[in-house]
Amino acid sequence: MLTAVANGNNTLGKLVGGCKRIPNSFLLISLALAASLFACSSRADLPLAPSGAAEDPVGSGDAAAQPAEPQKLTLATTTSTENSGLLGYLLPHFEEEYGVRVDVVAVGTGQALQLGRDGNADVLLVHARAREDSFMAEGHGVRREDVMYNDFVILGPAGDPAGIRGQSNAAEALERVAQAEAPFVSRGDDSGTHTKERAIWEAAGVEPGGDWYLSAGQGMGAVLTIADELQAYTLSDSATYLARTLEGIELRILVEGDPILFNPYGVIAVNPTKGAHIQASLADTLVDWLVALPTQERIAQFGVAEFGAPLFTPDSAAWHRVHAIDAD
Amino acid sequence: MNEILRGVAEAVRLIATGDPALREIVLLSLRVSGTALLLSTVTGVPLGALLGLSRFSGRRLVTAVLYTGMGFPPVVVGLSVYLMLSRSGPLGQLDWPLVPTLFAPAAMVIAQSIISFPLVAGFTMAAVMGVDPQLRRQIESLGATRVQNALTVLSEARVGVLVSIIAGFGSIISEVGAVMMVGGNIEHRTRVLTTAIVLETRKGNFDLAMAMGAILLSLAFLTNLAVLLFQGRMFDR
Repeated sequence: MLTAVANGNNTLGKLVGGCKRIPNSFLLISLALAASLFACSSRADLPLAPSGAAEDPVGSGDAAAQPAEPQKLTLATTTSTENSGLLGYLLPHFEEEYGVRVDVVAVGTGQALQLGRDGNADVLLVHARAREDSFMAEGHGVRREDVMYNDFVILGPAGDPAGIRGQSNAAEALERVAQAEAPFVSRGDDSGTHTKERAIWEAAGVEPGGDWYLSAGQGMGAVLTIADELQAYTLSDSATYLARTLEGIELRILVEGDPILFNPYGVIAVNPTKGAHIQASLADTLVDWLVALPTQERIAQFGVAEFGAPLFTPDSAAWHRVHAIDAD
Repeated sequence: MNEILRGVAEAVRLIATGDPALREIVLLSLRVSGTALLLSTVTGVPLGALLGLSRFSGRRLVTAVLYTGMGFPPVVVGLSVYLMLSRSGPLGQLDWPLVPTLFAPAAMVIAQSIISFPLVAGFTMAAVMGVDPQLRRQIESLGATRVQNALTVLSEARVGVLVSIIAGFGSIISEVGAVMMVGGNIEHRTRVLTTAIVLETRKGNFDLAMAMGAILLSLAFLTNLAVLLFQGRMFDR
């Protein structure tokens, strides 16, 4: 590339007339364009969903019995399950047991549902109940199960300029943040957390906006970083926040426990009518596996060693059947 | 395929209606990348000329560093700038008014200047070295000073220098890793075209993402075209 520039320039330097300039301009335009195009293609790291290739769906769910190369299942999920490390902890067990490779596409709930709608994922693990229900009602999914839940928490700087520490009502807490015009970082990415945040603002009767309200349009991890750096308030799922405390974050939990902060996760098997590439029976196997007792026990153990408490609470029907007696 | 066509249609609609949210994003992209380009031009062109014209010990090393810099991943630049400016970083800790805070346009300008600087300096050096050495001997024999000599060579290599600036611009207007990291993609503050495209894709708004992609491409094309047309007029006069 350097040589090309040097040569082009050399030729140009010797040219004094006007008519021969056009080809050189073309050379330069294409060169510069090529440079910017190259930059585009190499630098944009848009998350594109790999689709389930051209493998035929298996007849039986007994994939482990087949010696053939591992099959691939695409799981579109929210950033919280990935950022907290839960999937990295759970999925290897599934992959080993069934000889399946699970490709995780971690995006906001909005895009995860869109990936399912477009047939670019086989299974969805998301947390926005109302939107999951309309996804099912529109016929995009064949099956939805409760998997687990955790809690949202309102985080803020230790100094707590808006004075919301210990508030039991999340909506009132956010109302105070708005009144104090203390900086608040929003996910702003149409994710499950963002959906929840909007619901709390609505409950508070506040239309957030202005210099203090920062809509970052990024994942939970990035938003925690920004809020920590700017000493701002934010809403996070407790799992991602707790996982981040290991790396030293100054934000503190100021408000928790309000029922509005309840955060249930559901798993959805995408409707196989989206195309032959949808791994219907494998998807079904993964859903069964996620809600089955052994996996639920693992979920209940996740994070206990590091944080002294689980990051997620199991919530499947199978779990409740066994633990109904323990409840309350 | 449908999404691509719908995206282009949406791009035309957004431009035609002068969508205010889009205008804000485009203007910030141009402001940040333009300022960064200005900074890297006023520093990179002189350095490139110096490297191309003079022989001094350590020149090879500087050149090697420069060439490495030309292929430096923007995310690494972003990460370094982030760590410097962070509240717990060496510059952020100073709390000087001149040090920009993270998640502000000034931080993005710094990162993009660092990305485009090696390109501007490296391409300028190559352009200057491409000028016929006979010319330099000639003007030296006419009694030109070193500065006059350098200016004459630069003017002779002006197209190459212009290409260096365009290449610098192309590398930063389309860059997403560093501005995402140090800018934070905050609406109305630090959201530029590339980070907005990533966001809209994540939200599943492929139409809007594609529309902004089309605008970004047109922007790069028009800038290149405008600069080259301007250059052509300077020649033809």
